[in-house]
Amino acid sequence: MEITLDRLGTDKMAVVTCVDTEETLRARLRDFGLVPGTIVRCRYRSPDGSVVALELRGSVVALRRKDLVGIRGCGL
Amino acid sequence: MKELTVALVGNPNVGKSTLFNALTGLHQHTGNWAGKTVGTATGVLKKETVCYCFVDLPGTYSLAGKSEDERITEAYVRSNRADRTVIVCDGSCLSRSLILAIQVLQVSKNAVVCVNLMDEAKRRGIAVDGNKLSKALGVPVVLTSAGKREGLEQLVDALGTVSTEPCAPCEDEIDAADRIAHSCTTLTLQQEDSYGRKVDRLLVSRRFGVPFLFLLLLGIIWLTVWGANYPGILLEKVFSLGYRWLRAVLDFLPGWAKGILVDGVYATGSRVISVMLPPMAIFFPLFTVLEDIGYLPRMAFLMDPPMARCGGCGKQALTLCMGLGCNAVGVTGCRIIDSPRERTCAILTNSFVPCNGRFPTLILLGSLFFPQMGAALVVAACVALGVVGAMAVSGVLNKTLLRSKKSAFVMELPPFRRPRLGEILVRSLLERTLMIALRALKVAAPAGALLWIAANSGLLGVLSGFLDPPGILLGMNGAILIAFLFSLPANELLVPVLLMAITDAGSIRTMVGNDLLMTVMTWKTAVCTMVFTLFHWPCSTTLMTVYRETRSKKMTAAAFLLPTAVGCILCFLLNLIL
Repeated sequence: MEITLDRLGTDKMAVVTCVDTEETLRARLRDFGLVPGTIVRCRYRSPDGSVVALELRGSVVALRRKDLVGIRGCGL
Repeated sequence: MKELTVALVGNPNVGKSTLFNALTGLHQHTGNWAGKTVGTATGVLKKETVCYCFVDLPGTYSLAGKSEDERITEAYVRSNRADRTVIVCDGSCLSRSLILAIQVLQVSKNAVVCVNLMDEAKRRGIAVDGNKLSKALGVPVVLTSAGKREGLEQLVDALGTVSTEPCAPCEDEIDAADRIAHSCTTLTLQQEDSYGRKVDRLLVSRRFGVPFLFLLLLGIIWLTVWGANYPGILLEKVFSLGYRWLRAVLDFLPGWAKGILVDGVYATGSRVISVMLPPMAIFFPLFTVLEDIGYLPRMAFLMDPPMARCGGCGKQALTLCMGLGCNAVGVTGCRIIDSPRERTCAILTNSFVPCNGRFPTLILLGSLFFPQMGAALVVAACVALGVVGAMAVSGVLNKTLLRSKKSAFVMELPPFRRPRLGEILVRSLLERTLMIALRALKVAAPAGALLWIAANSGLLGVLSGFLDPPGILLGMNGAILIAFLFSLPANELLVPVLLMAITDAGSIRTMVGNDLLMTVMTWKTAVCTMVFTLFHWPCSTTLMTVYRETRSKKMTAAAFLLPTAVGCILCFLLNLIL
């Protein structure tokens, strides 16, 4: 089932299928290794839910929820 | 002797600075957060007939980074200035580290890959096959645990032998990194750090996270204020003994010379030391523990939503936090912010949080005039007010002058690491604290002499009379404004200068000046002085740092005028209301 990553539940995993964000952000995400095919897991969120900590490639990266809208993945 | 320049390149938080320190015996400051090293540091290791000159570059995630510190690294790597390049990787997340490693291998000759943090990887059940990795990348690979000094010999040996041209994989670097990392690592046991994860989740949770953040800051401030009290009194006693002794010894000198040396230089210098050294000696180690554990990125995580509302990002909260130690350091730290607009904004508002040099003034006034509240609470309230001020001004700036599209916030949250307490104590006490104390002393000595002359020639009285009307308009007086002007070189000077300015004769004849303050200041003056301490021009070091970072006279002027304007407006209003 394909979802946008802002809707990934805590502790749920997904395989990224498409990164459709603004160019500088996409380049930044590439640097962290977030590209189609990467497995991500939502570790936790900030109290108001606007920042999400994603686990990918053995490290944890914080991203804003609004930036995750452009990233799609298949829930695992 | 042969000389070799060796650059250390790698992602943030992979232990480059720890490795650098272990290799060179130097004491580059280390910490567990992305952006700790924002400039390059060099150190030397002599071994047999070779002199290795190590260059510690800021951590970066790629060679096409956007922030200033990442550009420094990119420029250095692309210039091929180094004879050898050590690419430092994290053994516990190799596939991410290798992305940068492959990028660097494509442009650098004579590279060595150093897989660091092997102790952490082992704890997480990850084993790395160094030989296989070496074959896949075509360069020597050394496994190290820099914190435990393991593998350093092999690393230096590898630097001597390297000569092969790298055969960097020419496919997409992320695919290659994935493939190589997969073939070279084995998960012996799927062991998750469940304890660290629980703590992590608790620290950012809805109920616990933000209250904990506030309590933590309050606790640190309370410890600093409470703990600084006793050694402060002790130091003052020792210095006043020294004062009497010095006066007796220098009795042969003419009156003016004795005045300049003892009442000017010695009294000012010793007062600066006794008011600033104790809080610093407590604050810096505590802050370093937070850095070492890796709490700061969590703080940025929690602070991003409110910061985003003001057009900033969580990283600005980090730089504000560094500003608590020293605003000049905070301004330099703004290099970690990706977007130029947000960076400018963070630079301009950094001095809104009180640095350690301003703590003594706040502590003194707080404990004198609000004893029922406790100095710690007063200082904490001031810090909170400073943060609110910084955020409010950021918000206004972002909506008016610095308008541009919002940028994204991407930040790594490194795993918690055990702080190395012994090292922290030595580093933060001996190096940071003493260094800043010496810097303040260097300013205090000439300032003390100058001030004594100004006071005794009557100039200070004239000036203070001249500044009295604007001073009174702001709820203070001329003498206090003079003190603020004289402490432009270093905020630590404020209390000693103030004492000298209000004792008309211009000397601190008795070393106890606190009672004196009570006689010339009311609680209203104290409040206005504290607000003005928070919001006035930054010290000259900070201003020079702003110029160095922005290369713009306009921005430097703005950094001077913004907090001053806010302070003037607030004090003016307070004077009307109170």
